[in-house]
Amino acid sequence: MSRTIVPLSQLPNGASGKVASLTAQGLIRRHLLDLGLVTGSWVEAIRRSPAGDPAAFNIRGAIIALRNEDANQILIQTD
Amino acid sequence: MELIDQSCGINAFYEAFGLKTQPDQLVVALAGNPNTGKSTVFNALTGLKQHTGNWPGKTVLRAEGTFCHRNKKILLVDLPGTYSLLATSADEQVARDFICLGRPDAIVVVTDATCLERNLNLVLQVMEISPRVVVCINLMDEARRRKIKVDAAALSRELGVPCIPTTARDGIGLKDLKDAILDLAAGAVKTSPRLVTYEPDVEHAAAELATKIQAFLPQWVNHRWVALRLLEGDTSIIETLCDPLEEELKGVVLKKEAAAWER
Repeated sequence: MSRTIVPLSQLPNGASGKVASLTAQGLIRRHLLDLGLVTGSWVEAIRRSPAGDPAAFNIRGAIIALRNEDANQILIQTD
Repeated sequence: MELIDQSCGINAFYEAFGLKTQPDQLVVALAGNPNTGKSTVFNALTGLKQHTGNWPGKTVLRAEGTFCHRNKKILLVDLPGTYSLLATSADEQVARDFICLGRPDAIVVVTDATCLERNLNLVLQVMEISPRVVVCINLMDEARRRKIKVDAAALSRELGVPCIPTTARDGIGLKDLKDAILDLAAGAVKTSPRLVTYEPDVEHAAAELATKIQAFLPQWVNHRWVALRLLEGDTSIIETLCDPLEEELKGVVLKKEAAAWER
């Protein structure tokens, strides 16, 4: 089984994976951590808005919408 | 002529937040993540007596209301829903400042039983500031429907603060919640919150900084917490810290001027 790392923004709807790392820094990083996006957290892409941005994700049991700009800074390991 | 009155500091703070407190009233803050049924808990506890208002200078809605339990009057302040108290947004700053500077007699953190884990981040952060915490595990009916079992007694033991399961929508568990709030606010029950321990270097630096902070910030409830935020490079806390200091300095200058005039 091959493991790949993709930014959360590129996770297709219905696909899931675990947070490998956050590349965000400063307040955005703090905010993402507060949302429950720590290394190892399971995340699933749920749906996208018509323009594709923002997109909704299941993060630890809550559906949260993230902008692509922010979701780009979350690296997901899929297998 | 006394220009600075330390004893009325807390009342001045409440006034700045648009709160009118009575001397025999206990002040209880209601915090929690967004969408945990916080407002439902608020309405269930206060009945129809609440009214909404704005925090000064912010467009964040706040509600307050009163209720009586065991012949004690309690003022309940509904804080904005936040994931964190680390002040990355106006809502978080309002919640943080109220908990830190308002020194409420108790803080109820409303959590969602269906995704408890993600709510515990805020619980731990509030416990870092104040030991007077009651965790309200709300939406128990929803959790049951999703076959999620919550062991409130075990959670209370682990966290070191009372954890009360409720279904606020149906009024279930509210009496227990009121009892827990009153026991804590009136000082009948002492908690022993489990605190996050950081790396030894951080702990050492925080302890050193905390003793220095203590000298000129007596009104802050928790100096270790302020020290940790400063170490983290949180600039918003510096602003919050400087506001009352500036007022105080203004007072000192006025006092000196008055004294000079008298001479």
